Amino acid sequence: MEVEATQLLVKGLAYVGAGLSATGMGGAAIGVGHVVGNYLSGALRNPSAAAGQTATMFIGIAFAEALGIFSFLVALLLMFAV
Amino acid sequence: MASESQGAAEAAASEGGLVFHPMDQFIVKPLFGGDAVAWYTPTNVTLWMALSILAIVALLVLGASKRAIVPTRSQSIAELAYGFVYKMVEDVTGSDGVKYFPYVMTLFMFIVVSNFLGLLPMSFTTTSHLAVTAIMAMLVFLSVTIIGFVKHGIGFLSVFWISAAPLPLRPVLALIEVISYFVRPVSHSIRLMGNMMAGHAVVKVFAAFAPLILISGIGVVVTPLSILAITAIFALETLVAFIQAYVFAILTCVYLKDALHPHH
Repeated sequence: MEVEATQLLVKGLAYVGAGLSATGMGGAAIGVGHVVGNYLSGALRNPSAAAGQTATMFIGIAFAEALGIFSFLVALLLMFAV
Repeated sequence: MASESQGAAEAAASEGGLVFHPMDQFIVKPLFGGDAVAWYTPTNVTLWMALSILAIVALLVLGASKRAIVPTRSQSIAELAYGFVYKMVEDVTGSDGVKYFPYVMTLFMFIVVSNFLGLLPMSFTTTSHLAVTAIMAMLVFLSVTIIGFVKHGIGFLSVFWISAAPLPLRPVLALIEVISYFVRPVSHSIRLMGNMMAGHAVVKVFAAFAPLILISGIGVVVTPLSILAITAIFALETLVAFIQAYVFAILTCVYLKDALHPHH
C-alpha cells in the first residue's frame, strides 16, 4: 500500500514536472520573436540587404527554437518514460 | 453540479482518460497484423517512407522527364525545388560546396515530402520519429566530420580554435565549441522530430475540439469557430512542415561550410 502510494505520487509529480517544463517554450517564443523582430527592424532600415540575410534569420530561429523543443522533449520523457 | 462533474470525470476515467488520443497517431504498427515488430517487419513507417520515395520519384523523374520548354505544373514544381535547393547550397557553402548538392537535395526532398504526406488525415509522419531523424542527423554529422578531416587533415581541428577572439579567451571558447559541435546531431534531429510530433499532436487536439463540443449545448455557436481554428492551425503546420525541412537542409549546408572552411 505504501509502495503504491509512493508510485502514484511519483507519477503525479512527473506530470507536474511535464507541465512546468512546458513553460520553457515561452523562452523559445521570446527568442524567436527577438530574432524575427530584429531582422525586420534591420530589414526596414536597409531593405536592399534584407534578402541576403533571410537564410541567416532562419538559422537563428532554428537555434532559438531548438531549446524550446528540448523542453518539450523533457515533458514527453516525463510523461511517457518516467 | 459537483456530482455531475464527478460523474463525467468517472465516465471519462472508465474510458481510459481522454476520449480522443492525440498521441495514438505515432504508434508503429505492423501492416499485416500481429504485434511483434522486428527490423524486417513492414510497418506503417516503411509504408509511408516508401510512399514518400514514390512521390519524389513521380515529381522529380516522371514529372520532369518531358523537359518541355514551357513546363507543365509538375515540371515547374520540380524545377522550383531544384533551383531552390541549389541556390541555398551555393549561397551557404560557396562554389566548392556545390558538389555536395545531391546529398542536400536528397535530404530536403525526403523530409519535405514526408512532412507533407504526414499532414494528410489518417496518414503517418515518418519524420516524427527520433529513429528516422537521428539516423539522418548522425549521417550528416559523420559525413561532415569525415569531409573535414579528409580535406584539411589535422588542420580541421582549427574549427574549434577561434583566431578572431583574444588569446586568453580561446581555450574557453574552444571548450564551448567542442561541446556545441557534439550537440549538433542531437539538436539537428530533435528539432525536426519535436516540431513534427508537437505539430501533429496540436492538429489532432484542435481537430477533436469540433466534434467534442458539438454534443454540448453551446456547440452550435462554438463548432464553426473550432473549424476555423483547425483550418488556421493546419495552414500553420503546412508552413512548419516546409520550414523544418528547409532548416534541416540549411543547417546541413552550414555544417558543410564549417568542414570545407574551418578557419574562422
